[in-house]
This record gives sequence, structure tokens and C-alpha cells, in this order.
Amino acid sequence: MKEKLVLIGNGMAGVRTLEELLKLDPAMYDITVFGEEPYGNYNRILLSPVLAGEKTIDDIMLNDLQWYEDNGITLHTGEKVVKIDRRARKLITDKGREESYDRLLLATGSHPIILPVPGNDLDGVISFRDIKDVDAMLEAAKKYKHAVVIGGGLLGLEAANGLKLQGMHVSVVHLMDTLMERQLDPVSGGMLKQSLEERGLNFLMGASTEAILGEGHVRGVRFKGGLEVAADLVVMAVGIRPNIDLARDAGLHCERGVVVNDTLQTFDPRIYAVGECVQHRGQTYGLVAPLFEQAKVAANHLAKLGIARYEGSVTSTKLKVTGIDLFSAGDFMGDDSTEEIVMQDAARGVYKKIVLRDNKIQGSVLYGDTVDGAWYFQLMRDGTDVSDIRDSLLLGQHHLGDAGHGGTNLAASMADDAEVCGCNGVCKGDIVKAITEEGLFTLDEVRAHTKASASCGSCTGLVEQILAHTLGSDYSEAPSAKPLCKCTEHTHDEVRAAIREQKLTSIRQVIDTLEWHTPDGCAACRPALNYYLIAAWPGEAQDDPQSRFINERAHANIQKDGTYSVVPRMWGGLTNPKELRAIADVVEKYDVPEMKVTGGQRIDLFGVKKEDLPAIWSDLNAAGMVSGHAYGKSLRTVKTCVGKSWCRFGTQDSTGLGVKLEKLTWGSWMPHKFKIAVSGCPRNCAEATIKDFGVVCVDSGYELHVGGNGGIKVRVTDLLGKVETEEEVMEYCAAFTQLYREEAHYLERTAPWVERVGLSHIQQHVMESDENRKALADRFKESQKYAQIDPWAEHAQKAELRKEFEPLKQVG
Amino acid sequence: MSDWIEVGSVEDIPKLGARVVKTAEGDIGIFRTNDDRIFALRDSCPHQGGPLSQGIVHDHKVTCPLHNWNIELETGEAVAPDEGCAATYPVKVENGTVYLSLSS
Ligand SMILES: Cc1cc2nc3c(=O)[nH]c(=O)nc-3n(C[C@H](O)[C@H](O)[C@H](O)COP(=O)(O)OP(=O)(O)OC[C@H]3O[C@@H](n4cnc5c(N)ncnc54)[C@H](O)[C@@H]3O)c2cc1C
Ligand code: HEM
Ligand code: SF4
Ligand code: FES
Repeated sequence: MKEKLVLIGNGMAGVRTLEELLKLDPAMYDITVFGEEPYGNYNRILLSPVLAGEKTIDDIMLNDLQWYEDNGITLHTGEKVVKIDRRARKLITDKGREESYDRLLLATGSHPIILPVPGNDLDGVISFRDIKDVDAMLEAAKKYKHAVVIGGGLLGLEAANGLKLQGMHVSVVHLMDTLMERQLDPVSGGMLKQSLEERGLNFLMGASTEAILGEGHVRGVRFKGGLEVAADLVVMAVGIRPNIDLARDAGLHCERGVVVNDTLQTFDPRIYAVGECVQHRGQTYGLVAPLFEQAKVAANHLAKLGIARYEGSVTSTKLKVTGIDLFSAGDFMGDDSTEEIVMQDAARGVYKKIVLRDNKIQGSVLYGDTVDGAWYFQLMRDGTDVSDIRDSLLLGQHHLGDAGHGGTNLAASMADDAEVCGCNGVCKGDIVKAITEEGLFTLDEVRAHTKASASCGSCTGLVEQILAHTLGSDYSEAPSAKPLCKCTEHTHDEVRAAIREQKLTSIRQVIDTLEWHTPDGCAACRPALNYYLIAAWPGEAQDDPQSRFINERAHANIQKDGTYSVVPRMWGGLTNPKELRAIADVVEKYDVPEMKVTGGQRIDLFGVKKEDLPAIWSDLNAAGMVSGHAYGKSLRTVKTCVGKSWCRFGTQDSTGLGVKLEKLTWGSWMPHKFKIAVSGCPRNCAEATIKDFGVVCVDSGYELHVGGNGGIKVRVTDLLGKVETEEEVMEYCAAFTQLYREEAHYLERTAPWVERVGLSHIQQHVMESDENRKALADRFKESQKYAQIDPWAEHAQKAELRKEFEPLKQVG
Repeated sequence: MSDWIEVGSVEDIPKLGARVVKTAEGDIGIFRTNDDRIFALRDSCPHQGGPLSQGIVHDHKVTCPLHNWNIELETGEAVAPDEGCAATYPVKVENGTVYLSLSS
């Protein structure tokens, strides 16, 4: 018989945990859910837009009754659990029902705090927590005129805004002098107050409520000092208190919330708890992002995978009042040990403040322009050193240039029919529709349903923004260390460290040692692991062809009709009659339908049948040509200009140097494709400043440029430094390449990598320390010993490898 | 009834890999999983006809090389939320030899 799992609390955290659990193992438990509210699971956050008339209750349902049925879950709505009997492992409801459990999940949320003042139980005094409250407010707005909202925090302001839009006259009462003082500093709080006043809200600041007046129905509110204000509706939004009633009565250890450990277990190991009702490492949370993180971990343990840990969350806040942009995260006030960078533009209504300690972001407040909130939040969570970008930090990520990977905040302004994902032809409208209709929350879900960003991934940033923009930032999962793929919880960096430190040399070892959830990994992690292994242990780790994308397995680019292209290497773009004749010969001999000169200064043969590949390679080999690796996450080409040998402007032998660099680097496997160019003078005909590694020759030596790319979003290189001799260029190139090979994540090009780790980090390793540079260059040369084998010759010669290209059998 | 055709030995197909059998009705991919099960699918992805035999095999699935659909080797069905089906063919292994039947 299956074990019984019972969930108490049919709210956002509890049901999210069930969803995560069903994803991991849909059949593990017999699941029963009790919910005091008489509905399926709905999106509590969106009660504010419902109150404001921007959404309906139907719009905010997350899981309707059908969902529970489809997943074999028994749901009892409108039924409150009143007692847990831990010894007998059963619980009792207000309808007298008894239910036994093997595991119990508590997700009882919180209670709104009701001020202990006379009159707090009058008719017309309500809180703002559930559908019932919103119904009461909408009802009141039809009948009455005057509303008082007590509490100038997030919830109070959203309530006030909604009531105002429903036509009421609204006063907000706040005990402090700054609105949302837990999220805003006095300047931004003041700006917020001003724009809400312009929308017709009244404020009573520094006012302490003494009594609520009226007999039967509320009629007004009195404050200390005697001031009275008329009211037919009073909304208390002064805070929340974790709902621990049941847990405490059952003898579970509680402080402010139900105390849980890093696996979300309470002091009774059969009982888990998630959501606003829990206290973890002394913290309670009142926003969904941390609750969703908890849900993931709790589900992992309920599914008995037992590897995830919850280590607490850093949260950020946005206010959901249409037309007001406000963002706050971390320590935004600062202290003696911090510095502030501030920008204020009163005319535009924009204010930005970033608090730094030792050049790391501690917190930020943004008002009026919050486009970069997510970016600052990410920098803060990652603890990124921002010294390199300090000057332009407040101008935003867009200003930095993002190499087509971060994406600027276009999401808001894009038209619905604007194409987002060029690979799969997905428009913004398709994505928004999938998010709202299918109830999607995560990038992975959007990928699965729409295919947007599922292919080349270059639109990932944009898709994430559309997700955030459509759902309100509340959902965009707090940026966290992303796991390598769905097969594991470990990040790229953790996996690489394990491979190095535990000397793992095969994919099977990694999958076993790091406890992958899937038997053989997937098409996303296997190629990454294969690369990490051969990069860490050249010569020792066996390359696994079955874990390479077909292009690298077949050493040719698969085309859309299933044929392949062949690109022989032309060193530095140089060629000669013998090579050209050999190319012409194979084109005729094998009926190759098309040839083209590529942007990488060589010739591409298109439309080749897979089974002809080995023969073509062997003919090209015979003329001295080798694979150009135009198909690989590897060095592609070294593009050169004619340079000093012919050009009147040339300062150095750019072509010769290019050939040397290509001889140095060819065959090397990389996290992503890698292109080099050498220009003979600053006119830069070889476009060296949009390459991964570019050399621009000058009279006095060689400028080294790194981290550029062409493509959808051009990124110009950063200047790494200048050297004087060709030998130095070679050594610095080897060192830079090796640093990239060792540090970048698989499928991360140099441009986003340079932006992630910062140019100064790279300069430290490659320019400033001779010792480091030599060590890097040596490691590169060592790994090249094993990599510089022409795969074409190898395949043409070894029958075993040729099998890949031959049919197993021809039938009929 | 099935006409079993001998197509080669299990060892001719790499683990977590595939080989192609060419037939009059088109290519058929013969897949070998890590637990040495053998499956046969029409070598054409239900999405846009990508050559499934060139994909990465994991568990009892293959990921199409063109746009990353995942296809169940046992049934030919695309893994949700994608929808579609590649034709499957009966295969059997006897003494390390793989036999295929074209009566799909
Ligand atoms: C108006 C409003 C706006 C918000 N806006 C945001 C926002 O913009 N961003 C953000 O991140 N967060 C926001 N929040 C907070 C967010 O909604 C909560 O953090 C989240 O819903 C808490 O999830 P939970 O599962 O812990 O609790 P809930 O979602 O409250 O679920 C708990 C459920 O348990 C039920 N229950 C309790 N006791 C029992 C019992 N004994 N038996 C049976 N059932 C029981 C309750 O009835 C309730 O349905 C907002 C909240 C409100 C009210
Ligand atoms: C995955 C699909 C892609 C394939 C199969 C592909 C293939 C190729 C090939 C075969 C070449 C010729 C290179 C050579 O001579 O070695 C080339 C050149 C080039 N590709 Fe791509 N490419 C792809 C995606 C991209 C993307 C996404 C970008 C932009 C980010 C891009 C930008 C370029 C540029 C700028 C060149 C010219 C290189 C140079 O001048 O050195 N390609 N591509
Ligand atoms: S980059 Fe300078 S040296 Fe090279 S071809 Fe152009 S002008 Fe001549
Ligand atoms: S053709 Fe297979 S995924 Fe598109």
C-alpha cells in the first residue's frame, strides 16, 4: 500500500510543494488535502489586482478542482483541521472527520494581525487576506463612501489603491513617518506618498489608532490626540502573524513560527512545514519567492531523494499598483561601513540608490525606473565585485551592453506579434498567452510549452523578462544558483569542483557520485559533463561520442534536411591551388550541391550525405587539409587581414601571426565556440574587436582584446592589455583560452563569461601574474597534446569510428 | 505474422546510441539503451522530421537533434507537452543478434 501524505492548508506554499512532488514522483503517495477556504488553490498575490478591478477571481485560480482529481488527490474544502494526534498519527477536522497519515505537511499560512483596540470586532472592520475579504471590500465599496486603511505597508497601500479605484474615498493611516519603511528609505517613501496623493489617496502619518467607533457597524476611527475620521469600512493591514495554532497544540516546537530545519522538517520528523507558518534559521517570510524555494526542497525530501537543502532566502519587493514602479531589496539603509551611490531625477520621478560594502551590493531601492532591479538583485545575491562597472552601475545593464545574453528590458515595450525566439518562431504574444492560460511560473515551463529559448538560448534573458513582466516580479524565482539541468540540484561550478577534487573521470562516475535523478542524464547535461571531464583530465578522461551533439559526433554540421556540411581548415585564411583543386574535386566527385565562402575565411561545402563524409575527409586529408571544427564547441577560425606583407598600412605580419595562433589553438574543445582574429593595424579589417580573442597590431606591438562576439547582439571586446612580441601574444592567448576553458560554464561564450567574472579577474590571472599566466599556458599546451588529433584522419582510418557513418543494414 | 529480418549484432550499436537501417520505406533508427534494450523507430521526428537516430539517447528516450523534442523509444510518443508520434517497429534480440520486422 502507498504511504499517506496529508496536507493541511490548501494555499500557495502547500500546493506548490505537491506540484513539485508530483513532478518528481507522481505515484509515491496517496495524497489528501484539507483547506479551510471553500475553493481550489488560488493566487493570493493577485487579490490586489482583483480588488483594483483589473482581474477576476476566475483569472487567479491556480489549480481548479479538476486538477486535484486528475492527480488523484482527495481534497476537502471548507474543512478545518482542529487537532493533530501525533501519537496515533491522525488528525481531526471541524466536521468530525478523522484522517490518518504517514507524513504530514503543514502549510497553514498566517493570520492577519488585528489591533487590540476597542471596536475591532465591529461590522465593517476587516483584514486583507483572502477572497472573502476582497468580496467584503467590493460589497462595501458599492454601499459606502468612506474607507480607512490602517497600515502603510505593501498590503495596506494595495488595498487603499484598490478601494480608491472602486470609487471610495480612502485615508491611509500609518504609524511611521515613511510609507513602507521596511522596504523604502525616506526619499523614495516620500516620492511614493506624493504619487499616491496625486491619485487621490489621503495620508495620516505618525498616527496611532486608539479606538474604532460605532455601534454594530463601524462609523469612524479615533487616534491618539483625539482626531476622529469618518469611516464605513476599516481595513486592517498592520502585518501578519504565522498561523501556528495547530502545531503548537500538537506539541511541535514553535517560536514565532513552526521551527523547521534545512530540510523543512519540524521537530517531529514525520511532519514537514512550508510557507508563511514556518520559522527557519530565525526568519519568517511573507513573500512567495522564498516559499517556492522551500516547496522545492520539501518536495525533494518527501520524494525521498534527500539531497536538497533550504538555506534561507534573500527577498526583494515590488508594489503591485499599476503605474507605480518600485523595487527594494536587501540592506537599503546602509551604515558606517557602507557607501551609497545615489541618483535622483525629480522631474522624471526617478530615484535609485545602491548600497555597497567593499564594492559588493548590499541592497538597493529603485523608484520610477525599476528595469534593473532584477540585475542588481542578482549581483547582490552572487556577491559580484562591481568595481569594474561602478561608474555605470546606475545607468543600468543596458548601458553595459549585454552580449545578447542578458537582454535589455524590452519585454514591456514589445508588441505581441514581435518575435522573441528566432529559432522556434515564437512571438511575445504566444509566450504571454501560455503563461497566463497554462499557469506557468518558470523558465523551464515556458520552454517546454512554447519552445521559446529552448534551442540556441540566446533569447533566454528576454523570455525571463516577459515571464517576470507577465506575472509581476513576485514570481520570477529569486535568482538563485541555477542547477546544471533538471537531472541534478548541483550547479555548473559545483559539478566542476567535484570532478576536479574527487578525480571523477567518466560521466557514469559523475552521475553516480553526485546522485543524478535520471539514469543517464539528458541531452543538456551529458555534453556539458563530457566537456568538463576532458577539460579537467586531458588524456585521462575518455571522450564519450554518445554524449556529444550530433555535429561533434559526426564532425560536421547537421543541416535542416539531415545532410551535413564540410568545412576544411584554411590556416589564417590562407590557401593555395592544391587545396582549392582538392576541394573542387570532392565537390564534383560527390555531387556536393553548394559551396560558399564563410565569414570565417574558408570554404563550406553544403548538402553532403552522412555516409559520404569519411571518403570526402580522406580525399581532403590527402591534399593536406584537416577539419575546420566549424561544427564544434571549439576553436573555429582565426581570421586575418593581409597585414604588413601587402597592405600599405600594415604594422606587423598579421597573417603570419594568425597562422601561428591557429596552429596553437586548433582542435581545442571549449565551453562554446571560440573565434580569433588578427588585424594588421587599427583599421581592423579582420574585425578583431568582435572576436573571443582579437589581436590588433600597432607599431609598438600588439593590443589584446577579449570577450567580443558578432551575432544577434554585438558585443565589442574589452582591452585586456598590450604586449610587444609575437611570443607574448601566443602565451597570453594560450593563458586566456585556458582560463576560459577552466572557468566558463558549458555553452557560455566568452562575452557573458567576461561580464560575469569581471575583466579585472581575467587581468589578474593573465596580465598581472607571470606565474599564473605561465601555469595556465602550460596547462593549455598539455591538453592540446591530446586534442590536436585531426578527427577526419582518425575517422577515415579507423573502421570502428566509421560505423557511425554507415548504415547498419540495407534492406530491400 | 512478422517477417523477422536480421540487421546486425547488438555490439554494432553503441550503448546510448543508434544506427540506421535503410529500407524501401525510409530509414529506421535502431536504438540501444544503457540497459541493453533495443528499440526501432522510424528515423523521422514527429515535429519536423529530424533524424532521431542522430540524437542523444538517455534512459528510454532520445532527444531529437534539431529542436530537442524528447521521444519515448518504447512508444514513439513525444514527451509532454510536445505532441506527436514516431512509428515504432517490432524488434527482438536472440543470442546477441538484432531482428527487425517491417510490419509496423
Ligand atoms: C493581498 C495580498 C497581496 C500579496 N502580494 C504579494 C506580492 O505581491 N508578492 C509576494 O511575494 N507575496 C504577496 N503576498 C503574500 C503571499 O500571498 C503569501 O506569502 C503566500 O500566499 C503564503 O502562502 P502560504 O501557503 O504560506 O499561506 P496561504 O496562501 O495563506 O495558505 C494557507 C492556507 O491554509 C489554510 N488553513 C490554515 N489553517 C488551516 C487548518 N487548520 N485547516 C485547514 N486549512 C487551514 C488557510 O485557509 C489558507 O487557505 C500577498 C498577500 C496578500 C494577502
Ligand atoms: C548553431 C547554429 C550555427 C551554425 C551551424 C553556424 C555555423 C557557422 C559556420 C559553419 C560558419 C563559418 C565558420 C567557419 O568558417 O568556421 C559561421 C560563421 C559565423 N557565425 Fe555562425 N553558426 C551558427 C550560429 C551562429 C550564431 C548564433 C551566431 C551569432 C551569435 C553566429 C555568428 C557567426 C559569425 C559572426 C560568423 C562569421 C565568423 C567570422 O567572421 O569569423 N553563428 N557560422
Ligand atoms: S587592418 Fe590595417 S593592415 Fe590589415 S588590411 Fe586593414 S588596413 Fe591593412
Ligand atoms: S524535428 Fe525533431 S524536434 Fe524538431
